[in-house]
Amino acid sequence: MATAPTTVEHAGLTWGPRALLRRLSSGDEIARLVTLVFALTTVLITVMIVEQLWVLSAESRRAFGFHFFVSQVWDPVFNQFGALPFIYGTLVTSALGMLIAVPLGLGAAIFLAELAPRRISDTLTFLIDLLAAVPSVIYGLLGVFILVPLMRTEIQPALKHTLGFLPLFQGPAYGIGFLTAGLVLAIMIVPFIISVSREVLLAVPREQREASLALGATRWEATWKAVVPYARTGIMGSIFLALARALGETMAVTMVVGNNPRISASLLGPGYSIASVLANEFSEATGTLYVSALVELGLVLFLLTFVINGLARLLILVTTQRGSGVAQG
Amino acid sequence: MNLRMAWRKTVNAVMLALTGLCALVAVSALFFILGYLVYHGGKDVSWDFFTKLPKPVGESGGGMANAIVGSGKLLLVAALIGVPIGLLGGIYLAEFGGKTVPFVVRYTADMLNGVPSIVIGVFAYGVAVLPVHHFSALAGGFALGIMMIPIILRSTEEFLNGVPRAMREGAMALGASKWKMISSVVLPAASSAIITAILLALARVAGETAPLLFTAFGNRFWSPGFGQPTASLPVMIFTYAVGPYDDWHRQAWAAGLVLLGLVLVINILVRTVLSRGVSAQRS
Repeated sequence: MATAPTTVEHAGLTWGPRALLRRLSSGDEIARLVTLVFALTTVLITVMIVEQLWVLSAESRRAFGFHFFVSQVWDPVFNQFGALPFIYGTLVTSALGMLIAVPLGLGAAIFLAELAPRRISDTLTFLIDLLAAVPSVIYGLLGVFILVPLMRTEIQPALKHTLGFLPLFQGPAYGIGFLTAGLVLAIMIVPFIISVSREVLLAVPREQREASLALGATRWEATWKAVVPYARTGIMGSIFLALARALGETMAVTMVVGNNPRISASLLGPGYSIASVLANEFSEATGTLYVSALVELGLVLFLLTFVINGLARLLILVTTQRGSGVAQG
Repeated sequence: MNLRMAWRKTVNAVMLALTGLCALVAVSALFFILGYLVYHGGKDVSWDFFTKLPKPVGESGGGMANAIVGSGKLLLVAALIGVPIGLLGGIYLAEFGGKTVPFVVRYTADMLNGVPSIVIGVFAYGVAVLPVHHFSALAGGFALGIMMIPIILRSTEEFLNGVPRAMREGAMALGASKWKMISSVVLPAASSAIITAILLALARVAGETAPLLFTAFGNRFWSPGFGQPTASLPVMIFTYAVGPYDDWHRQAWAAGLVLLGLVLVINILVRTVLSRGVSAQRS
């Protein structure tokens, strides 16, 4: 549709200074230039974000080099900064969140797209969109006062009792920790997986379902073997978008992860994430190297989400461009 | 053969029931959140909460009037930055765009939308706090405004593209210049949808905490003007929730209820009332 006005314009387009003057005086050219400047501001701001992160982290990059990414020491007093515990915490909490959110979100999306009558599906989707609008600090609030006590007294002891032989579920039950943060993240990203996956599933052509039902497949078989594979790439896209969100999520994680820069095999132990350490220490950081190291953590987080988001966009682009070719792929 | 059919039917029933359960769990999360907030925060939302300053530690009572006003100021600054850039940029993408520039702008806008809010906070710190050496409402609003840009930009573009071609051609045929056509035909046709998008963007950044922590910071008193550290509802909730005092926890619940109520009311109103108007206009 965007091309509609341009063809109209090009029909009467003439070049040369006089034509330009005429177009300027009619206001069109001015409007074009003004809106162009604002559109380019968006690009400028994005470039400036990268530039600021790069410049402000210069001191830390010079001081630690690659060692920053493998060091586990985080000691502001002696100016020793290593990113590994934070990268580890970010990845572990996000992975846990995804582990819970992907099956849950996909299941709900299948229900909303394939099974529920349209009216019910629309109402439920509306509620899920509202869930996506809940501010993250609210999730943190509920995490601190509802989920953490529940984890400490009920869930974590139960896990230790049944699965305690695994190194994943050992150590004291604090309530806070990787597992709690993963749970909160899961609840937060489920709405994103549901709404994008539902859209993708709804876009699958009807023939795809009818053909497999006609061959005698049950409703579930038709969904799982004909519809979901068709929408696979788009669903992957929604999962990557949700992952990028989980990696960058700050408040809810900060409030329940335990804020302890430690790498532990146990999921019950307290940890830290990149976003959380920025939230907790940035405004109190003294000394330029300290601030610089925190900014470098921000740069790492930026690059991480940048790559994941790029991948997600690519996957969604492929789905929409290839159209029917996806089924064979 | 019969056994196999029975097995397939069982799998069918179980899996379909499971998907229904997933949807139920996801939706009930909303009611749990709302229920807990009303239960814990409802009794502490009083007239004082909206009109009084926070009391010193140890004294009970007091309110969060400064945080409510602070949030309003931050949103005002955010709107002043986010709305013009998003709106005019979106007009460019939909109406004037060629090939390369819109592709680049669209791509970076999507990337900007995916940047974690805390990283935007670091950026705003570098641009608006470091040079002047103090936290301010301007810096916080700047961070929130940046977050609004991609949302408004992409939805403006989408809604303008949705305006029927016949309306444009009608205006052109009457001899309107391109800008005349955009300003008097296309924009009015899409205006209620665009206002919807702006309100949703405001509701989204109203709940953001992370980018405010080291830009607007916080304040236990009124902050005059826009150049001082400023309290905001989300940051107050965070500070009070992780603080050690019971009285703070109670206030955090109350503030949580107010914030969630605000965000949900805007979302529900905008999504039902305004979007109905939009679809009626288009059909």
